[in-house]
Amino acid sequence: MSSLAYGLRARARSSRIPAAWRQPLAIAGTVIAFAWIVIAVFAPLIAPSNPLAQSFPASESPSLHHLFGTDELGRDVLSRVIYGSRVSLPIALALVAIAATIGSIVGAVAGYFRGFVDGILMRSTDLVFAFPPIILAMVVAAVLGRGLFNAALAIVVVAWPSYARIVRGLVLSVGDSEYVQSARLLGASSRRALVRDVLPNVIGPVFVLATLDLANAILLLSGLSFLGLGAQPPQAEWGSMVAEGTQYFQWWWIGTFPGLAIFTVVLAFNFLGDSLRDVFDPRTARRAVESDA
Amino acid sequence: MTTVPTAIDEPPAASERRFWRPPGFVRFVLRRLAALVLLTLGITAVAFVLTQLVPSNAVATNLGEQAAGDPAAVQAFKHHYGLDRPLPVRYAIYLDHLVHGDLGQSSLTHDAVTHDLGQFIPATGELALYSVLFAAIVGIGFGTVAALRRNRPTDHLLRVASLAGISMPTFWIALVALYVGFFKLGWFPGAERLDPGVSPPPSVTGLYTIDALIAGKFSLFVQALHHLILPALVLAAFNVSLLTRFTRSAVLEVIGNDYVRAARAKGLPERVVVVRYILRAALPSVITVLGLVFANVLTGAVLVEKIFSWPGIGQYAYEAAVNLDVPAIAGVSIFVAVVYVTINFIVDVLYGVIDPRIRIT
Amino acid sequence: MSVLAVESLRVKLPIPGGDVTIVDGVDYDVQPGEVFGIAGESGSGKTISMLALLGLLPEHSTVEGTALFAGKELIGMPRRELRDIAGRDLAMVFQDPFTSLHPMLTVGRQLSEHVRRHLHLDRHAAEERAVELLEDVRIPDPRAALRAYPHHFSGGMRQRIAIAIALACRPKLLIADEPTTALDVTVQAGILRLLDRLRREQDLAVILITHDLGVLSSIADRVSVFYAGRVVESGARGDVLQHPRHPYTRALLDALPHPEAAKERPLVAIGGSPPTPGHIPSGCSFHTRCTHAVDSCRVDVPELRAVSDRRLACPVDPFSA
Repeated sequence: MSSLAYGLRARARSSRIPAAWRQPLAIAGTVIAFAWIVIAVFAPLIAPSNPLAQSFPASESPSLHHLFGTDELGRDVLSRVIYGSRVSLPIALALVAIAATIGSIVGAVAGYFRGFVDGILMRSTDLVFAFPPIILAMVVAAVLGRGLFNAALAIVVVAWPSYARIVRGLVLSVGDSEYVQSARLLGASSRRALVRDVLPNVIGPVFVLATLDLANAILLLSGLSFLGLGAQPPQAEWGSMVAEGTQYFQWWWIGTFPGLAIFTVVLAFNFLGDSLRDVFDPRTARRAVESDA
Repeated sequence: MTTVPTAIDEPPAASERRFWRPPGFVRFVLRRLAALVLLTLGITAVAFVLTQLVPSNAVATNLGEQAAGDPAAVQAFKHHYGLDRPLPVRYAIYLDHLVHGDLGQSSLTHDAVTHDLGQFIPATGELALYSVLFAAIVGIGFGTVAALRRNRPTDHLLRVASLAGISMPTFWIALVALYVGFFKLGWFPGAERLDPGVSPPPSVTGLYTIDALIAGKFSLFVQALHHLILPALVLAAFNVSLLTRFTRSAVLEVIGNDYVRAARAKGLPERVVVVRYILRAALPSVITVLGLVFANVLTGAVLVEKIFSWPGIGQYAYEAAVNLDVPAIAGVSIFVAVVYVTINFIVDVLYGVIDPRIRIT
Repeated sequence: MSVLAVESLRVKLPIPGGDVTIVDGVDYDVQPGEVFGIAGESGSGKTISMLALLGLLPEHSTVEGTALFAGKELIGMPRRELRDIAGRDLAMVFQDPFTSLHPMLTVGRQLSEHVRRHLHLDRHAAEERAVELLEDVRIPDPRAALRAYPHHFSGGMRQRIAIAIALACRPKLLIADEPTTALDVTVQAGILRLLDRLRREQDLAVILITHDLGVLSSIADRVSVFYAGRVVESGARGDVLQHPRHPYTRALLDALPHPEAAKERPLVAIGGSPPTPGHIPSGCSFHTRCTHAVDSCRVDVPELRAVSDRRLACPVDPFSA
């Protein structure tokens, strides 16, 4: 039994990276995410009209002139959805990058110095984890004042500890590994060993987490905007557009299409993150093969 | 390595016979309890610091314009809340009030925050109860099916569906559900816990469905349930997906184990193998996700309650935050966070109860 | 009549990208009351061929051939019917007692649930039976042990419990898959003695699967040697293990640090590594590692033929007496 699993495992490992691309979910996620990035970059060329111009009859249902209809102020919903990608995508990318950087540094410091430093840093992650993200983000956003920038800052506050935990764990486990211990005995610098061994091990999980976090960040950001704590009118932001839709929900298109935009972007990152996790986490990948043997 | 067997085998060696080890479960629980207390203290500190950052005039908002003009009243107010003292002292005073059940007064409702919480918590509690129950049954069921049918169409379908479930913004699902279920079809009420003008059952638990049953008013129970269905389902969407995914991987974790194969080799029916052997072993890992489920319910509640005009804690937190109602913000964050860490504590302990191996660590 | 007669058993398992043959035409039979040893390296298909009998293979596996157990054909038997045989007449003990017992169910429950089902005993009778079984396998304080969990016991004790579970319904045949591999050497001997005593007392046939010829030399009546999903040599223990004729059997014995087998000979490792399923060499699958291979070995699949005191799948037969 075990030997069979062994043979299959070896085979699974040899074709590790291409396996991600054989996954339809990974491909679908890449395609959708890429499409949205293109839309965001070329929004002025793609959008049929100015997202802020109240130049059409109000609350028209979708038609050939306005594929997604017009909103209660006579703005073209399709154009607003297209321009909305210029808000959510770059902000989410930036805030996840910042959170990942801060968290990784904190985690590496905690894992390397251990002891007191570790205790302080990890207790602070515990504290952030003690609050459901929306509550903390909502309070922080409210305290800082309404606005997209503050909303993004609030999300960074709730997002960094996950990275700190992951990186700390990896640094600790590498530091404890027999390999590093023996290197230390032989007089090698443990710092160099850490850098050489930790970096390749950390990049995978952090990348997977960041991809999944992009999805969460977009959800949370649009949620805060939905509540009126993020983007302010008249800016075309998906969450606040859905909020407008809830006030006029007999005109379903006002809120449905921006919501669909959030859904597709988040879905793309979730598809990607989920597939990447299968590739980077040897445990799940192996389990998928082994459980059949 | 092996000696030629004799006809008689001797009993296991003495070194093998010590199989009782002292149960360290109590110590384990105590340690977790101590961590919980420390964490709670930290939570109050965070909430306190956050409120200190609020750019507002606490005196004016709490006393109203008129009283704020009266130096004696202002002095009394400042002294009561220790606003004339340095920060650490103020924190100590805050803690002292907290221990005595005084969370201050909401500047919005002009009621004690504790009173407000008592008003709003049951509404969210009822919503959360039905939503989580539904999510648990469906999610664990889906996850088990997906794992048993792994890498087959059902599994792929459930994987895509559950990824879709965690990708849909809750407020958008709520909008679509309202449009379809209330506006188009008219099958469900669109807002509030009961029809307009209907008075709630006498409060025992604060949960209308249960109070209605206690009062013996069956039609009221049906109405309350009717109002619950739409928001509870919307709130459940994320958790169904989450539990599906967790259960699937937890089941896959145990499904290849020898003891599952051994159970089949014993000729046990498949139903027994799945429930007693596979789910029993997978349950502890599924339970660890309960804290996350709660966090999701709260996240959802903030958004869903706004759309469904549900008078719950999410609405209260939202109103407090946007109106910079400092005592309410602090009170609600502390309450939510303490419930959250307590749930995680219970999960830890439950994990130990369910999995006998944990008790010896 | 033999307890179990297996003929040209073939098993293919599904892997991503097609099926792979794990067991490739295996014949053997087990007589009542005997210990039938199956030896072979990891990956030789020993375990898979046993799981096939009990219908424990992953779905979409293909099983061909026949396996008559007490007059009933096991291969292709409906699951419902097989469930009445499995655990009652045909029981199995797995390799690793640390994973083959459910960690969260009490020993008592795991000992009695199938007894109640198969033998229709009530709760009390099943418990009495469980106590009796634990006494049989020499677990101290059986009544307390019933309420204990597997992690309360050491590896050897757990394997005793696993054996008690397997023997609970007084089966006709016990399949023991590497029952001592995961255990300390001193504990191994105890388990083997236990198996030997139980089969004498209960008139039980045992299939003992192992990669360790030393284990077989102490307890088996007859021995079959598996290589890459086929039987290469089989016969009485003394014949096969004292005078091996297949180059592979011989190599296995030479690789054994056994005081009796290697008194004057140096310890010789077998060159190369066992083939992985799906990559079995053509002809005689051992030819790539065999020092006696001739050209025809690369092409012709050797048949398992009766030669004097045994059956042998080697036309070269370099060690014939």
